[in-house]
Amino acid sequence: MTDLHVVALVSVGAHPTSGRPRRAEQDARAVELGLRLAGEQLQVVHAGDVADEALRAYLGMGLPRLTVLEQPPRADALPALVEHLANSPAQLVLTGSQAETGEGSGMLPYLLAERLGWPLVVGLADIESVENGQALVLQALPRGQRRRLRVRLPFLASVDNGAPAARQSAFGPARRGQLQAQESAPAVDPLLSVATLQPARLRPKRLKVVSAGSAAERMRAATRKATGGGGQTLEGVSPQAAAEAIFNVLLDEGVLR
Amino acid sequence: MSDIIRRDPRAEWIARNRLHPLHAAMQKSDTRWMGPNGLIRKNPHALAAGFVGPSGLKRIDRSGAEQGGGQKRSAPETAVRLPLHLVEQPSHLVAVVPDMVGGRLGSHDRDVFGLARQLAGATGAVLAVVFGQLREDAFDTAGADRLLILEGDAYDGYCPEQRLLALRAVESGFAPRHWLLPDSRSGGGELGRRLAASLGERPATRVWQMRDGFCSSRAGAGREDLVQPTPRLVLASAECAEPVSDTRHEARQVELPAPVISHLPRMEDLGAVAVDPSQIPLAEAEFILSGGNGITDWNLFHRAAAILGATEGASRVAVDDGHMPRARQVGATGTWVTARVYLAVGISGAIQHLQGIGACEKVIAVNLDPGCDMLKRADLAVVGDSAAILQALIERVAAHRQGGRRDAA
Ligand SMILES: Cc1cc2nc3c(=O)[nH]c(=O)nc-3n(C[C@H](O)[C@H](O)[C@H](O)COP(=O)(O)OP(=O)(O)OC[C@H]3O[C@@H](n4cnc5c(N)ncnc54)[C@H](O)[C@@H]3O)c2cc1C
Repeated sequence: MTDLHVVALVSVGAHPTSGRPRRAEQDARAVELGLRLAGEQLQVVHAGDVADEALRAYLGMGLPRLTVLEQPPRADALPALVEHLANSPAQLVLTGSQAETGEGSGMLPYLLAERLGWPLVVGLADIESVENGQALVLQALPRGQRRRLRVRLPFLASVDNGAPAARQSAFGPARRGQLQAQESAPAVDPLLSVATLQPARLRPKRLKVVSAGSAAERMRAATRKATGGGGQTLEGVSPQAAAEAIFNVLLDEGVLR
Repeated sequence: MSDIIRRDPRAEWIARNRLHPLHAAMQKSDTRWMGPNGLIRKNPHALAAGFVGPSGLKRIDRSGAEQGGGQKRSAPETAVRLPLHLVEQPSHLVAVVPDMVGGRLGSHDRDVFGLARQLAGATGAVLAVVFGQLREDAFDTAGADRLLILEGDAYDGYCPEQRLLALRAVESGFAPRHWLLPDSRSGGGELGRRLAASLGERPATRVWQMRDGFCSSRAGAGREDLVQPTPRLVLASAECAEPVSDTRHEARQVELPAPVISHLPRMEDLGAVAVDPSQIPLAEAEFILSGGNGITDWNLFHRAAAILGATEGASRVAVDDGHMPRARQVGATGTWVTARVYLAVGISGAIQHLQGIGACEKVIAVNLDPGCDMLKRADLAVVGDSAAILQALIERVAAHRQGGRRDAA
């Protein structure tokens, strides 16, 4: 797998409480996965400001260099990344699934895949093998489940919290690594002319509203113990018959694999 | 409904008003009647019972013209049938693609339908687009005016590219004014973004509120909100709107005008991978086998969990007695679980335990005591001995597994 050409795209994150710049959690996982696949051959690309100190946290994971496509703040990173990737021999591009700053819509991997015409794997957890231009990959699903997919190279994969946790960033390599700037044409993001960013408002908690008619009924609904209602009861049946009934429900629900 | 006695002021007023057309119907007939011998009979007790007058005082009217209101007004016993909201010629369509986890509408899906109804208004229609096999018949109360079912082998398993083609066919066939999808990890978030990239629409994601043509969505890591005019494509988070609760809708089936083209998938689904269920955090597990004080043979319980592929849970008593680790405790002081299927064996269903399984969809309970609360909560309740039933279940599943292997060979 060493000859696989892997690129990881990274952004600058923000700490969830203090808001201080840091390496983005999911992007760091993408770098981690890339390092496991390609070692030092991994290319890491960021579109933004080369002077951003937070980028050094990625170098601290053991990267010799990081390519920065220079963009003014709040610009649209997509055109620069498309151009860079289209002109590179990349076979696998790893991204996080959602940025921690700005809009954070999670659209970037989808738009990149659409522009490049590559397939996109969402929620990559691991790459099992790469053979004959096809990769066997594991996809992380909700509830801790995994799914195996076969994908043709080249492809794009986004990484979420199901991927292996990122290694720590060390201070020495972070200082020694190089941030290499590349010129790229700036692109304006039209969204911010119509939309406004404001501090997040607390979402109202939904109350369980009982729309029963009378006060007595609402009182009863509020104090009632949970009852399934309409449940089926089997009494006085043999264990085999009971097991059969339970088995059928499990099979119906699709939880038996 | 209730047996609370209620006065009906209108009936009383009609009974007092001799000119009212319904006056006769409101008169009590059984205080004076013609006896078998032609004599007029009176019921003095009924007269003395009197009636409550308009000022709230009891009145006795011996003139024989006792006035209405004596009848008890009771609410009709019939189940509430919600009014039907019909849209014959919709001015516009709002397409909703629910997740349908396990083939059913989840609460997130219903919230999105609620939001779609807001966008559809009185003249528009909500079009539900669902894939594959259905186990849901509540599209009418969820708020779908039109229902498009896309069935076929092509939509089985994980096939986002094929589904995207189908949604593109819906786009060209119906041209909905809005697209709404749940922004969830169980499919909607991914499909919606693929659709957005393919249509070239910039979506609003993680939308949690929509008001006056503007929608608010969480931005970044959740520290900021992005407020923008509602775009065509909206990916909404859970509880983005109240689900439809006071109308019924038609859920009329529609067909795609043109068949969906299919092409060679670039991604192939090779199926689910066996994950060690004991590695899955209890709060996230999809299928939990939980044991309580009614388990006599814990080795049998562990074997059952292994063969079922279920994550193990326990009641507090089982944990306190040292049969299970503390991290496996389900309930108020343990873990609040979200399993889709919860199989409780030998658990009585104390309120602290039931609180912890409030979010479970299907509960199956096995217990010796037919009157216990767990059986009342359960969708399938089995009265019987835990050991015998677990043993039978192990055998049944083993037979199923072997049968499956023979079929595959
Ligand atoms: C502050 C507080 C917090 C608590 N928090 C929790 C909590 O988080 N989680 C929790 O679970 N509990 C909690 N509890 C304890 C809770 O009140 C109950 O005591 C406990 O849930 C009962 O556990 P159980 O159902 O396993 O045992 P029991 O109540 O003893 O029930 C055993 C059941 O097994 C049945 N049974 C017996 N033999 C068999 C057999 N051979 N086959 C089939 N069925 C059989 C019996 O009919 C009975 O229904 C809490 C209590 C307090 C006071």
